[in-house]
Amino acid sequence: MTDASAIITAMQADQTEANAAEHGINAEEWQRLVTRLNRQPNLVELGIYSVMWSEHCSYKSSRRHLSKFPTKNDRVIQGPGENAGVIDIGDGQAAIFKMESHNHPSYIEPYQGAATGVGGILRDVFTMGARPIALVNALRFGSPDHPKTRSLVAGVVAGIGGYGNCVGVPTVAGETQFHEGYNGNILVNAMAVGLADQDKIFYARGATPGNPIFYVGSKTGRDGIHGATMASAEFSEGDEEKRPTVQVGDPFTEKLLIEACLELMATDAIQAIQDMGAAGLTSSSVEMADSGGENGEGIGVEMDLDKVPQREDGMSAYEIMLSESQERMLMVLYPDKIDVAKAVFDKYDLDAEVIGQTTDTGHLVLKQFGEVVCDIPVAPLAEDAPNYDRPWVEPTPRKPLDISSFPEPEDYGEVLLKLMSCPDMASKRWIWEQYDRHVMGDTVDSSQSMGDAAIVRIHGTNKALAITSDCNPRYVAADPFEGGKQAVAEAYRNLSAVGAKPIAITDNLNFGNPEKPDTMGYIVKAIEGMAEACRVLDFPVVSGNVSLYNETDGIAIPPTPVCGGVGLIEDISKIATLKGAQPGDALILIGETKGHLGASLYAREWLGLKGADLGPPPPVDLEKEKRNANFVRALIEQGLVNAVHDVSDGGIACAAAEMALASRLGIGMDIENTSNYDQLYPHGWKKRAFYELALFGEKAGAYLAATSEENHRIIMNLGRTAGIEVTGPGTNSGWFSDRSDSIDIFADTTGNSLLKFPLSTLREAHESWLPRYMSAVE
Amino acid sequence: MKTAVIVFPGSNCDRDAQVALKQATGSEPAMVWHKDGTIPDGTDIIMVPGGFSYGDYLRCGAIAGNSPIISQLLSHADRGGYVLGVCNGFQILCETGLLPGALIRNASLHFVCKPQALKVENANTAFTSAYAGRDEISIPIAHHDGNYVADEETLSAVENEGRVAFRYAGNPNGSARDIAGVLSENGRILGMMPHPERAIGDHEGGTDGVALFESLVGAA
Repeated sequence: MTDASAIITAMQADQTEANAAEHGINAEEWQRLVTRLNRQPNLVELGIYSVMWSEHCSYKSSRRHLSKFPTKNDRVIQGPGENAGVIDIGDGQAAIFKMESHNHPSYIEPYQGAATGVGGILRDVFTMGARPIALVNALRFGSPDHPKTRSLVAGVVAGIGGYGNCVGVPTVAGETQFHEGYNGNILVNAMAVGLADQDKIFYARGATPGNPIFYVGSKTGRDGIHGATMASAEFSEGDEEKRPTVQVGDPFTEKLLIEACLELMATDAIQAIQDMGAAGLTSSSVEMADSGGENGEGIGVEMDLDKVPQREDGMSAYEIMLSESQERMLMVLYPDKIDVAKAVFDKYDLDAEVIGQTTDTGHLVLKQFGEVVCDIPVAPLAEDAPNYDRPWVEPTPRKPLDISSFPEPEDYGEVLLKLMSCPDMASKRWIWEQYDRHVMGDTVDSSQSMGDAAIVRIHGTNKALAITSDCNPRYVAADPFEGGKQAVAEAYRNLSAVGAKPIAITDNLNFGNPEKPDTMGYIVKAIEGMAEACRVLDFPVVSGNVSLYNETDGIAIPPTPVCGGVGLIEDISKIATLKGAQPGDALILIGETKGHLGASLYAREWLGLKGADLGPPPPVDLEKEKRNANFVRALIEQGLVNAVHDVSDGGIACAAAEMALASRLGIGMDIENTSNYDQLYPHGWKKRAFYELALFGEKAGAYLAATSEENHRIIMNLGRTAGIEVTGPGTNSGWFSDRSDSIDIFADTTGNSLLKFPLSTLREAHESWLPRYMSAVE
Repeated sequence: MKTAVIVFPGSNCDRDAQVALKQATGSEPAMVWHKDGTIPDGTDIIMVPGGFSYGDYLRCGAIAGNSPIISQLLSHADRGGYVLGVCNGFQILCETGLLPGALIRNASLHFVCKPQALKVENANTAFTSAYAGRDEISIPIAHHDGNYVADEETLSAVENEGRVAFRYAGNPNGSARDIAGVLSENGRILGMMPHPERAIGDHEGGTDGVALFESLVGAA
């Protein structure tokens, strides 16, 4: 039986600075808390402060830098600050999207960690009134050789699939990379995109005093208590013991919750709504109170915790407020709509209770067993949250990579096969075949065609959204400013490559411990680089998430600011994918011919370089990026190209190989002797032709395209007129053929074959690595 | 032509079924929530859609297969009405006993979603007549429990009676005798794991599902 008086005594006990330290509140923050409260907090209050002031909820280390991001353009309806970002996609409709990390839970308990990551990001989107229409995930695992990697991949993939497949939202795109820097701290970033009518968008803000607070969804249990605090601390050996802090997901309940919320949203019952994510009932109630009032002046909230549906007996107020049980929502209803709301949730057999009301006191007041167990002003929780200017140091620029000090590969074919079968480049079919990519019937293009961005039709229309997720952490590690620019530019490029107009991004900034000036330097410079690209490309950030303290035993992960981009396709018949090349098509290069091997796939996989030896990444010329993307989009719109692929990891050789695989056509190419680039490199340059630079060199703002012979001439002329570099067959480009089933690359000056092998060999190398790795017995 | 789609808690292909039936018949199907309990009089075709009814808890299709609305589905079948069960709908039809056999976890133990080549085994049925002359079609699959099992006697009977509508060309889940779709004795009930409603044009699933709905509308 519940001993109410014992619980109340424990809840009301005054807490000390030492208790606060155990909650992750430092001395300075303790002083701030006691000063504002003018007394010591009790246990419930301390718990609430600790989660609201955690890095995860308060962004205390990143907030001042996040403000550098541009957050507006013509189409932005809602930028950062709500559950998700909202953009105008025309015809009175809006796309609502966000990306969020679930890194720590996924390392401790991969299936549930990844599954609840998907569930959480879906709630962020349907909380705002959107029907979720697409899921994307960006995954980073440790080295394939690390003993934990295989089981983490298996668990995370099963968790994402288990949740997304059941809830009935297609998982349409994603990226998966491996690096020893993630051995002890994997990254699981999930993005959801939803669709809503612009006049039916719901916000956390705007609740007014005197209205009922309505709890819906699953019952509250003891799972996930202090998850937000866990996400705000470094990992160390033995943290698997934190497993009880990982939540358990129930996608079936989530599916019912989606349908019930959307059904209720079709009526005029809801004044404000917030999902219970990190820090559960605490953050949802505090955020609605803090942003409440007709002018956002803030309101109070009073809740009777005995009315909260509970899964277990004897839960304390502390546990109820800090639980991160999944599939729960908090709403403020209009007073005369309680019956309407209850009827909808009854239809779906979901718990729904009025647990309190909004007030004009500006205080968060909680009662349990008839006693007040918390009475604190709301404003300091949110507005007084710490906002640190952490010391940081500028990362050391890397010396250029001198490729002339490495021998020329004896067999370029071997290089291409190795790059196309390395863990980062190998086909991820084993992963995406476990995701339902087709439910909802609007998936026009998904991972299955190897495209640059997924294409999801806007239901019942001739329009579509293009969706992508991008980051090259190697570039960011090499130069956070240029790498940050590149992450945004690559998302922009991938959307443009399918014919979409890029509109906005959501970001997921994954870094190490911000209290270390070196790490903080990467955070600051990467944000500045991204912000620069967002500004020039008119591609603002509308939502996002910051995940810091991704360290294990003092070693930070590679800096990984992931960009989830969304673009609009006005006419679904005007798109391009990788697979559309036709026999006899010319393969043309749009963008600079020159490649860079610094921080490249070639440098790390073939030359085996690591760390600073890899050199700096390719520079990003943002004006050129924009011009080339506009040019490519215009070609797609005019129907002048049959297939398009951006040039990224592994240069034009890997890009062409991917197009050959997707279109099932052979390719013949001529590759430029690059010894004429000698002015770019210091010494030893003219001794050989450096075909590796042309084949595998990486660059920004470049695309390969397949086009008919006739359109090829038109495109060359258009390029000349527009001042865009376009290179046709003869130099770093070639022809598609159905007579040849091989990849055949020649040196353009000598005509000697640089590499030749059948497509089947390439396909086998590309497809076999991951299934073989996953089925191997340790 | 009157059609209906039964919607269980956790069904998630109900809208896809609705779109496909509307496209094939020109009129909106009745969407019947399991609790509301009324399949409209005069319904010609009932579709039991895919998804995860009741979260697949207990066993795929088991709880839905025992829900009150099923009595109306059984009456419709008794009257000789047409029923199409896709994916979770196939699992539910097996649970109700309207179709023989059962669907267990894929042999790979993994969920699998991909375009799947199917052999049209019998083009002389109410569901497949428009496939006449086509040996192989491509329809997407997406399931975790699509491994069809039945005792040898049942399998042979089903084969001998021409009740195998589709077989997999390249078995993706371990199904006995590559069976992808099974008909009832009267040929008016079809259960299949592949999703024809995801192959009705303008998306990644292709167009090979259109003929199934055309066949059915022609027969009903």
